[in-house]
Amino acid sequence: MLTTLLSVTIISAFGALLAGIIVLADKFIANYGECTITLNKDTQFNINGGIPLLEALVQQKIFIPSACGGKGTCGYCKVKVIEGAGPLLPTEEPYLDKKELENSIRLSCQVKVRNNIDIFIPEELLSVKEYICTCADIKDLTYDIKQFRFKLENPQTIEYVPGQYVQLFAPSINGSEEVYRAYSISSDPADKGYIELIIRLVPDGICTTYCFEHLKVGDTVKLNGPYGEFRLADTSAPILFIAGGSGMAPIKCILHHMKNTKNSREAVYFFGGNTERDLFLIDELKKEFESSLKFKIVPVVATPQNGYIGEKGFVTHAVERSVKNAPQAEAYLCGSPGMIDACISVLTKLGMDVSKVYYDKFS
Amino acid sequence: MTNSNEFINIVIICFSSIFTGNILLSYFLGMCPFIAVSKEVKTAFGLGMAVVFVLTFTCLLNWLTYHYILIPFQLEFFRFIMFIITIAAFVQFVEMVLERYSPLLYTNLGIFLPLITVNCAILGASLFMVIRDYSLVGSVAYGFGSGVGWMLAIVSMAGIRKRLVINKIPKGLQGPGITLIIAGMMALAFIGFTGVLQGQ
Ligand SMILES: Cc1cc2nc3c(=O)[nH]c(=O)nc-3n(C[C@H](O)[C@H](O)[C@H](O)COP(=O)(O)OP(=O)(O)OC[C@H]3O[C@@H](n4cnc5c(N)ncnc54)[C@H](O)[C@@H]3O)c2cc1C
Ligand code: FES
Repeated sequence: MLTTLLSVTIISAFGALLAGIIVLADKFIANYGECTITLNKDTQFNINGGIPLLEALVQQKIFIPSACGGKGTCGYCKVKVIEGAGPLLPTEEPYLDKKELENSIRLSCQVKVRNNIDIFIPEELLSVKEYICTCADIKDLTYDIKQFRFKLENPQTIEYVPGQYVQLFAPSINGSEEVYRAYSISSDPADKGYIELIIRLVPDGICTTYCFEHLKVGDTVKLNGPYGEFRLADTSAPILFIAGGSGMAPIKCILHHMKNTKNSREAVYFFGGNTERDLFLIDELKKEFESSLKFKIVPVVATPQNGYIGEKGFVTHAVERSVKNAPQAEAYLCGSPGMIDACISVLTKLGMDVSKVYYDKFS
Repeated sequence: MTNSNEFINIVIICFSSIFTGNILLSYFLGMCPFIAVSKEVKTAFGLGMAVVFVLTFTCLLNWLTYHYILIPFQLEFFRFIMFIITIAAFVQFVEMVLERYSPLLYTNLGIFLPLITVNCAILGASLFMVIRDYSLVGSVAYGFGSGVGWMLAIVSMAGIRKRLVINKIPKGLQGPGITLIIAGMMALAFIGFTGVLQGQ
């Protein structure tokens, strides 16, 4: 009995001693005092030094894209640091190319604020905000794709360019990791109080498992955005949309926007699926857009199961067979990197210039 | 034991922990960073230096903890926990100090420290030194030698991997696959040192 007590006491005392040393060190050694961050030459704010730049910016409600939660593995959190970042860290090197290095671009999750620091963030990113929402509706679109509708509570409205995406926060569930994942907005931009996302379940995926198994109507969700360069170019060229599965999301949003602005460009949407089970919202899109826009949707099924009438084969084959105006048109692609690369090679073969191909890789 | 005997003994401990009993290639401890961080000679060297540093000092600290806390209270069976918390606290502390006072050392060495806190080679060395009943100086020499041995292994591996880039490696073997095969060959080569001396 006495031995047990004694050993517990000694081990605890030793642990407490070490913990005490660390706490003191944290207070005195790792204390960098107040540091000033100067943003775009005109805004300044003071923070307590010693934390990563990304965290300091989030504290100021400035949201930089980050998919790995600051572990230095996604390379999204790039920020131009004009002065005060210290030497480049080996953990940043793999994510920065030569041009970015010359431009003093750094990974904001790796750079620590230890002194005054001078940074530049494009105006567009500064409009990124955090939104608290409630889940208003969940709808099954296919066996592995659902549509989520979120009501914005705080702030209550959002402005974004159709084609952009938001980052949805997945809280820790039974010890899972907390993550942010990118999802393109699929809803009508005129519907400013709501956001809809089309999400495909990734087996064992952290965020999609949360959405599919834990998220219920009425739950509070957190997201931030908008981000992304994917958008309709301001021309009058005919449009080719190509996407399968949840890649429909940004395209649906752009179609709503075209309808709202009475856009008269010609648009064809090649919608690919493996089997008939993978197709969704086709009748809805037809009803909504085929009469009001110069729009046509072409579902393409790779391996039809029973008596499917319509385009068959890979979506790239369908494009190759039926697109005649490639040299004049613009293409907008959404989906997995593999599908996008395959489409780009077909489109260039048909005579489209690579600069006319816009895409969003869901990687 | 005379002084010169003791000295020779230390040299033998140090030498054997680098070559004949290389902690990585003979005991296969610390494999995880060895495979993950051996793509660049420069980073491998940085990580290697961090391991040398941490091993040397944690062996010293853990020797003191063991002989002045655990043995007097007959708590030897607690050494796993004690060693781990000592290592963790030490690494954390050094990281803070480096970050604050030496940005240069921090960028070259400090950022690797969190990577190796939970490295099994670090705990392994402390446990071996206890099992083999080394003296204080012997333990420090052993820690230092193990670190140098580990660094030698990872830097050679990085050097070899640099040259692999120009070779055609079957797809399935690229990355960790070929690294493990090379590690095996290096281990075989190190067995060659076994005849030189065995100082345990
Ligand atoms: C700009 C952008 C827009 C996006 N828009 C959408 C969208 O509108 N709808 C949508 O459903 N998704 C979209 N994504 C993908 C989404 O962000 C996530 O990557 C995906 O949902 C997986 O997240 P997870 O946390 O569930 O899986 P994770 O836990 O990240 O991954 C689990 C496993 O699945 C693999 N994996 C990760 N992503 C994919 C993937 N997309 N396909 C197959 N395997 C994968 C991983 O390698 C890992 O092995 C978008 C991505 C980007 C970059
Ligand atoms: S947040 Fe992922 S690399 Fe910085």
